[in-house]
Amino acid sequence: MKLNTLRRHLRESTKNLGRNGWMTFASVSAVTVTLLLVGVFLVIMMNLNSMATSLEKDVRISVHTELTSTKEQQEALKAEIVKIPEVATVTFSSKDQELEKMIDSFGEDGKVFALYEQSNPLHDVFIVETKKPQEIMAVADKVEKMEYVYSVNYGKGKVEKIFSTVGVSRNVGIGLIIGLLFTAMFLISNTIKITIFARRREIEIMKLVGATNWFIRWPFFLEGLFLGVLGSLIPIGIILGFYNYLYDMIQPQLNGTFLELLPFNPFAFQVTALLLLIGAFIGVWGSLMSVRKFLKV
Amino acid sequence: MIEMKDVFKKYPNGVMAVNGINVKIDQGEFVYVVGPSGAGKSTFIKMMYREEKPTKGSIIINGIDLAKLKEKKVPLLRRNIGVVFQDFKLLPRLTVYENVAFALEVIEENPKNIKKRVMDVLDLVRLKHKARHLPDELSGGEQQRVSIARSIVNSPGALIADEPTGNLDPETSWEIMNIFEEINFRGTTIVMATHNREIVNTIKKRVIAIESGKIARDEVKGEYGYEA
Repeated sequence: MKLNTLRRHLRESTKNLGRNGWMTFASVSAVTVTLLLVGVFLVIMMNLNSMATSLEKDVRISVHTELTSTKEQQEALKAEIVKIPEVATVTFSSKDQELEKMIDSFGEDGKVFALYEQSNPLHDVFIVETKKPQEIMAVADKVEKMEYVYSVNYGKGKVEKIFSTVGVSRNVGIGLIIGLLFTAMFLISNTIKITIFARRREIEIMKLVGATNWFIRWPFFLEGLFLGVLGSLIPIGIILGFYNYLYDMIQPQLNGTFLELLPFNPFAFQVTALLLLIGAFIGVWGSLMSVRKFLKV
Repeated sequence: MIEMKDVFKKYPNGVMAVNGINVKIDQGEFVYVVGPSGAGKSTFIKMMYREEKPTKGSIIINGIDLAKLKEKKVPLLRRNIGVVFQDFKLLPRLTVYENVAFALEVIEENPKNIKKRVMDVLDLVRLKHKARHLPDELSGGEQQRVSIARSIVNSPGALIADEPTGNLDPETSWEIMNIFEEINFRGTTIVMATHNREIVNTIKKRVIAIESGKIARDEVKGEYGYEA
């Protein structure tokens, strides 16, 4: 495309945005509200997700063997666990190692447990990791039924709850966002339709004198793009501003736990870039949808 | 230059507008298309600039079959065919000059050439002095001259006019005809659908009469042949 033509398209599209001021305002606000919700949702969802992933990595099964079981019996048990297809690794941890870990994890206070070094009440343990965190429940159930197993421990209940909460909120959020995106697209396509309607005579003449379809489409394409991008500016500003603030406020309280917010850089920039893209996409999509009909002369 | 072979056109509502037309129009010819209302004149004209597609048969313009022409190539065809309408189809917010220049801008003509070309055609239709006026400030005949200027600014091989004098008084109609003759004299083919008996009978040219979708008559230097 020639530079002159591009300049012409830009002039035409901005002129139309101004001429239909209220509709422009309506669709830009629709995009703004939509993207703001999308942005907030993304921030929450992605943080939850990363927390869930780090949690998932932590999920493993501790298989406590019977106190009376012999070395050979434990070996047999291990062989049986390894045979389960979902199992990734099986690590043995003797009761002495378990006690050491326990003493370490309590720090200074842990010395109290040193007394038990003489007669250790703990069990020998197999630590089982699964290939996928979601398989942990099934594997735990299988292992529990095996011989020489005293008990199986993987944070029953807690793990299931986390998985289901994350899953449900993800689905509800996605449904909500799709609905909102469609609303915004619909409003944009309506705005463009009005500007097309006002210019249908011009389009008719353009077609008669031999303008190409893309030449006619460009101003509307740009118009939609502007609507989408303008609508994404406020959400981007809000998210960049607030995430930093939120991070500084919440992160210190999470210190010491395995939970962690995603750091401002690059996370906030990734989210805002995504918002800009979504804005541009719904703008362009909305406009091209409404132009299509009018080009069939 | 324009050739139709066994052309049929049936509209989706079942109306058979064109019912087997064979015709050949050479480069530089001046042709009147006459006939009663609803006989298929407009469809015949519209098929020439591919506003309508034939249901059957072929329409060949400069060696290209319009029936098989891809949608993407239609703009290129139209750049070689000027079209003039009864209702002028000017853009009311643009001046005379801008209206004519518009036709060049939208086909991405080099801006350096636009001014000269526009002034040349405005000179041809004798409206150079009104270049800065808006269409509303002109008479009907002047507006039609602007639309003619717009249709030929791109130097098309053919000019197709659908009742160009339909909205004009007799005197102004003659002015328009003078311009058409001059354009034709420069080598442009002209196909003009008309109901104007006086013009057809005075400025004698080839006459194609269409009745019930068929060519009823095709005469060199023919007569209008219908009661006014």
